[in-house]
Amino acid sequence: MDNHVLEPSLYVIKGIAILDNDGKRILAKYYDPNTLSTAKEQKVFEKNLFNKTHRANTEIIMLENMTCVYKSNVDLYFYVMGSNHENELILVSVLNCLYDSISQILRKNVEKRSLMENLDVVMLALDEICDSGIILESDPTAISYRVALRNDDIPIGEQTVAQVLQSAKEQLKWSLLK
Amino acid sequence: MMGMKRDKKDEEDASGGNPFHNVEKTAVLQEARIFNETPVKARRCTHVLTKILYLINQGEILGTTEATEAFFAMTKLFQSKDVVLRRMVYLGIKELAMIAEDVIIVTSSLTKDMTGKEDTYRAPAIRALTAITDNTMLQAIERYMKQAIVDKSPAVSSAALVSSLHLFKTAPEVIKRWVNEAQEALNSDNVMVQYHGLGLLYQIRKTDRLGVTKLVAKLTKMPLKSPYAACHLIRMVCKLIEEEESAGGEVTTLMDYLESCLRHKSEMVIYEAAHAIVNLRRTGPRELAPAISVLQLFCSSPKPALRFAAVRTLSNVAMTHPAAVTACNLDLENLITDSNRSIATLAITTLLKTGGEASVDRLMKQIASFVSEISDEFKVVVVEAIRSLGLKYPRKHSTLMSFLSGMLRDEGGLEYKASIADTIIAIVEDNPDAKEAGLTHLCEFIEDCEHTSLAVRILHLLGREGPRTKQPSKYIRFIYNRVILENAAVRAAAVSALSHFGATCEDLLPNILVLLQRSQMDTDDEVRDRATYFYSVLSRKQAALNSQYILEGLQASLVTLEKALLNYVQHPSEAPFDLKSVPLAPVIEERHVAPTGQLDGGGSRATPASVAAPTATRLPATATRQDVYIEKLSAIPQFDSFGPLFKSSAPAELTESETEYVVRCVKHTYAQHMVLQFDCTNTLSDQLLEKVNVAVEAPEGFDILVSIPCDKLEYSVLGTCYVALSLPESVLSSTGTCSATLKFTVKDCDPTTGQPDSDDGYEDDYVLEDVEIGVSDHIQRAAKASFGTAWEEMGSTNELQETFSLPAIRTLDEAVRNIISFLGLQPCEWSDKVPEGKSAHTLLLSGVFRGGFEVLVRSKLALSPEGGVTMQLSVRSGDPEVSELVASAVG
Repeated sequence: MDNHVLEPSLYVIKGIAILDNDGKRILAKYYDPNTLSTAKEQKVFEKNLFNKTHRANTEIIMLENMTCVYKSNVDLYFYVMGSNHENELILVSVLNCLYDSISQILRKNVEKRSLMENLDVVMLALDEICDSGIILESDPTAISYRVALRNDDIPIGEQTVAQVLQSAKEQLKWSLLK
Repeated sequence: MMGMKRDKKDEEDASGGNPFHNVEKTAVLQEARIFNETPVKARRCTHVLTKILYLINQGEILGTTEATEAFFAMTKLFQSKDVVLRRMVYLGIKELAMIAEDVIIVTSSLTKDMTGKEDTYRAPAIRALTAITDNTMLQAIERYMKQAIVDKSPAVSSAALVSSLHLFKTAPEVIKRWVNEAQEALNSDNVMVQYHGLGLLYQIRKTDRLGVTKLVAKLTKMPLKSPYAACHLIRMVCKLIEEEESAGGEVTTLMDYLESCLRHKSEMVIYEAAHAIVNLRRTGPRELAPAISVLQLFCSSPKPALRFAAVRTLSNVAMTHPAAVTACNLDLENLITDSNRSIATLAITTLLKTGGEASVDRLMKQIASFVSEISDEFKVVVVEAIRSLGLKYPRKHSTLMSFLSGMLRDEGGLEYKASIADTIIAIVEDNPDAKEAGLTHLCEFIEDCEHTSLAVRILHLLGREGPRTKQPSKYIRFIYNRVILENAAVRAAAVSALSHFGATCEDLLPNILVLLQRSQMDTDDEVRDRATYFYSVLSRKQAALNSQYILEGLQASLVTLEKALLNYVQHPSEAPFDLKSVPLAPVIEERHVAPTGQLDGGGSRATPASVAAPTATRLPATATRQDVYIEKLSAIPQFDSFGPLFKSSAPAELTESETEYVVRCVKHTYAQHMVLQFDCTNTLSDQLLEKVNVAVEAPEGFDILVSIPCDKLEYSVLGTCYVALSLPESVLSSTGTCSATLKFTVKDCDPTTGQPDSDDGYEDDYVLEDVEIGVSDHIQRAAKASFGTAWEEMGSTNELQETFSLPAIRTLDEAVRNIISFLGLQPCEWSDKVPEGKSAHTLLLSGVFRGGFEVLVRSKLALSPEGGVTMQLSVRSGDPEVSELVASAVG
């Protein structure tokens, strides 16, 4: 069927997306200028992807000539896309790295609310995992170190996360991340 | 659970829990003014910057001015020492670099960060710098980049390597100078640095095969720590194997390396190696076995991605080496019930390819149980598998057909429905037993089909195949229903289909005429026109008119017809336009290629795309090979008087490949002339050939009219010379052999520039293989929809009959293929397919001889008991000499 040899290249990731439980984009990056280059195409693709994947948590699906691996937790869906000839296990390793890094950043509190509160750090983590389609780092510990999250200064527990006032939450966050 | 989550979320929204809920572009850009305040309020600024990046990520588009303003405001934030804020600024620079103007302004700030002390800044600063760097600036930062590549911090080193790869696209020359640094990175202890180093090193050396060979030889001996790097190396090895293979090199050590990777400790690498081995062109059963057993093991892995990967690769192997996959049948059967539907579908289609006839019924039942749950893409895969199955086991057609018709009734997109219809059509055409059932299913389908293009295709098929079934009348109702209920395009197609019934089945004619009469009142022009046209042709009740104007259709090549008509309009003349002067469109062969390819199990090209391709290429009136020739030949004034081009042969090689000079010959036939076109290539880089021509010794009766030389033949530039012959008066002597010699003047030249060393040259010649002029060069293929009618119409005036015995030919299939290629005629009514297990067969052929004489051949073949094939050949044509020539050609 695809009787051809893969061109050796480091550009293996076509896209990474984080969606919420309505299939709405929280963050998404597409790295291949030839696939899904417009925001409109991307949104349509994400909708389609979400509809195909949100019911059954079966880790992998082929869609629009791409192999998509995914993982979900509470109200978050994480996706990593690659060419349909790509080694699926490489994609899975990137997905695991994405999930584990975010889990460390959010202190195991992987849900939309806490992710939105830490969106800046999550953006940085995404940037550290993949640079324009090249896998930059695959070790979650290295990633959370690089995004300046130091594990030794977590003096206050998670109980404060549910604080209502926006400003109060921000203050707390900055006290954590200083 | 879902409900709970939703409640919680609603609550959140209400309390403004999502800080990015309802962010709005203009408001956020207003907020960005805070960037200009001193001292920088790090916390507030980070929040605003995050909002801007969030908006861009949501697909919001910033104008150039907006982006530039935001960008410049952002540069103020370099004053802050806050780590996260600085990192966000880098992200912002990368996002805005494409939209904003004058982004180079931050170069110095970034360079400072990149060479500074703070490790957390250095790596991302390098990557941000890459986004704004252009070629001129690259020189300035080159020194820093080279240092960064060999930096002791892995993050910095990786960032520099990855950035180099990005820059390679625009400035390969500069990056190539960093090869030593990349080499050093390859030896790094950090796995990612090693991977990125390998990537860059390969990118630099990619075009230098010797360099790659050395690199691979070195790396295959030292184990790579990074599994990513090992995968990359495997791909490099594969590429090298393919290249070495085509250059005739030795690849055993490379293959051994791939096999050793099957024992790597990382699953990722093992799978990559197995995938690589099965995809290599050279792989035979021996190499395949260890790879397959690894994949078989993966089939029972608890990880869905690994099972998916394994079964997908196995399903590809099943296309080319079905026997090798049979060993995994048991594991595949376990996957049919996999909770991941993609895996289950792939497992089933693989089993369909490898399984025996007995398991078909059981598998079909299992597919039926979940077909509605899988995506359209996978349904197409299933349909493709059923198609090849139908061709492999014709006896199972009723099971398959009823399954397909069930699928037709389900929901699905056009692509999916079209693939089902294609499959039914393929089975109907291939298997006469399945025809009636297949047509009935299709009839039912168009009753409720929302895709116009599909309905039109099916109506066309019904018009072609329906009249020749046992009970043609039963299709009329289905077709006429379309006339009543459908849109104009479908109605027009239905009217055409009806006319085919009228032309073929006399007993139905009165009824058809009544139906056509009704359609003459249609609201659409095209439908009305067609109905009127067919009505008036059919009402004359003349078989010749029917077959010529209804059954056969237009046979001229559309592109040429368009040109001829344009020419006629531009140069008006008294004489009416003669359609016969337009060359016939060569009958497209591809139609059978895909199904037969799958039939013999060697269907490696049988991707859904390639199966769909012939259907696609048949539709548009593309310029055919012949049209290209016409263009070229009409530019040569000497050939003007020959009239329209009748036929061009396929190119024949007159030299071995890989000799000094390579010459191919194409024979162009006109009504009374023949032009030999010699395409010559000079493969010697140190020679320039001048005054190149081909000296031809024509057979008796042929006269050489003109020879057009090629002035100059440079190294590896195709040059063409022509020889024009007049054909003998008598048709009977129009075959023969021409000996040919290439004559030229050689000048030695500098291989690099192609400039001749001196003006003196010497003459030389080079003997070519003979050019054979056979019967097929005078005949153009032309299909007849109904051979019987055409045969009767032609009459027996110029009929010749001869019997031959062909002892050297073993099977009927072989005989059929030989006769077709020898006579160059078009097989009619699928008679080129010999049903299995028959000892006799009738082959029906038709075509047109130059000068416009139709030729029909009926060839009865029988296997003789003492081996070999006996053939009785009957030829009918418009000219006695043509019949004689054709009949004598076979013996």
